[in-house]
Amino acid sequence: MPRARKTGTTIAGIVFKDGVVLGADTRATEGDTVADKNCSKIHYLQPNMYCCGAGTAADLEMTTALMASQLELHRLNTNRQVPVVAANRMLKQMLFRYQGHIGAALVLGGVDKNGFHIYSIHPHGSTDRLPYTTMGSGSLAAMSVFEARWKPDMELEEAKQLVRDAIAGGVFNDLGSGSNIDLCVITKDGANMIRPYDVANIKGERLGKYEYKRGTTDATKIVRPIIVESQSVKMSRCVLSSAACKFFKENPGSATGSFTPGPRDFSATDRDDLLPNIGVTSLGRT
Amino acid sequence: MCSEVQSAQDYMRDPRKHYFSPYMDNGGTTVAIAGEDFVMVASDTRLSRGFNILSREQGKVFNLTPKTMLASTGCWADVLTLNKVLQARLMMYSHEHHDTMSTTAVAQLLSTMLYWRRFFPYYVSNMLVGLDESGKGVVYHYDPVGHMEKLTFSAAGASVSLIQPFLDNQVGAFNMEGVDPPKMTKELARQLIHDSFVSAAERDINTGDGIIIYTITKDGTAEEKIKLRMD
Repeated sequence: MPRARKTGTTIAGIVFKDGVVLGADTRATEGDTVADKNCSKIHYLQPNMYCCGAGTAADLEMTTALMASQLELHRLNTNRQVPVVAANRMLKQMLFRYQGHIGAALVLGGVDKNGFHIYSIHPHGSTDRLPYTTMGSGSLAAMSVFEARWKPDMELEEAKQLVRDAIAGGVFNDLGSGSNIDLCVITKDGANMIRPYDVANIKGERLGKYEYKRGTTDATKIVRPIIVESQSVKMSRCVLSSAACKFFKENPGSATGSFTPGPRDFSATDRDDLLPNIGVTSLGRT
Repeated sequence: MCSEVQSAQDYMRDPRKHYFSPYMDNGGTTVAIAGEDFVMVASDTRLSRGFNILSREQGKVFNLTPKTMLASTGCWADVLTLNKVLQARLMMYSHEHHDTMSTTAVAQLLSTMLYWRRFFPYYVSNMLVGLDESGKGVVYHYDPVGHMEKLTFSAAGASVSLIQPFLDNQVGAFNMEGVDPPKMTKELARQLIHDSFVSAAERDINTGDGIIIYTITKDGTAEEKIKLRMD
């Protein structure tokens, strides 16, 4: 049975003096195999709101895309910036309706007229509003960094460094997390995705060059010539140019579908010249 | 092993099955390549349990005799126990015969020891490497219950499915037209082992942190350490 791709993940979010910082690693896994070395786990919801995701990859992408669309409609309907509580409420109600079968663990972060918000949302629909939070398989490693160093009203650079270090804790100590560190800073002036913020792991370099001489694969010896048995010109209903009208009046059989190459046939170059004029949609040559 | 906190008295509980699961996969990868007058064996240095790293500097290759080494991965408790028992048997042999055991003899002994545990096996992937009686490099590969195969190159452990096809192609020259297997030198063996681990660390979460490469020749054993990615 094929299994759904789950992203063993480290994601985190904090509130600082001027807004929020979200962070994520970039490894996606399928069992013990790394499926994607640089995937994006910080999803767009609104210009003032982003959402980090851990869990089943498809669920996260679809849930965040659906939520982005619903929030945009909500913004258009109300003609206001959507508050972060609304996104939190919509996400938790959707996840609760699916009774945990949508495997999405989220860290929602945003800035609105009420202030700066970080929410953690669990797959069954429970949520917490917190000043700092982590999720995913590397959540304990990341949380240990926050518990040691988070404090209220941090400056931007300090906040970014703290989230980087928290995600790095997951990247190096949790096998489900790895590769790079992405950040997203949201302030009242807007959101700033930094991807990657830090390339925590440099790709290993191989010593050898593994190239193959031409002909190493047996199959290259079987080369069959392509034999043209018939040709056809297919056309769509369209307004013909005067030149094309003239052509089809002179050649009544050619406009209705296929024709067989014969003594009356025109050459390939003639036909190609006509293509843009007569609105031919496709030229089938078999 | 499974244990649960029980609040209700046992006669009030539903009937339930109890499982005994004594095995654990601690990851790790090993690679060995033999040449005419040497054999090279290497392992990564990561020891893991689930999504946790237990150690970043645990090599998985053990000295048995001056001409023989054993590379083991799988359940780490079984790796240690098997190694301890095997060392004891080698010690008994050396006291009895006033000589160290030959590589071929150790190879057969290991197979027998593994099959003795046929119905409660050591959960270990073994590769035994060494120089045979004529000084030629050999690699023996085992399954957990003692099936043995004599080879010139092999991989075992977590990343075997990534590395073995690479070795088959580059050392064995399999699946190619008009390509002969290369003459194995220490330089080529080192390069292939290095590249095997570098590539495996990219895609397998259980392989990483570092490599230890041992080269056995008639003059003794050389050791080299190389760093891998740590994520």
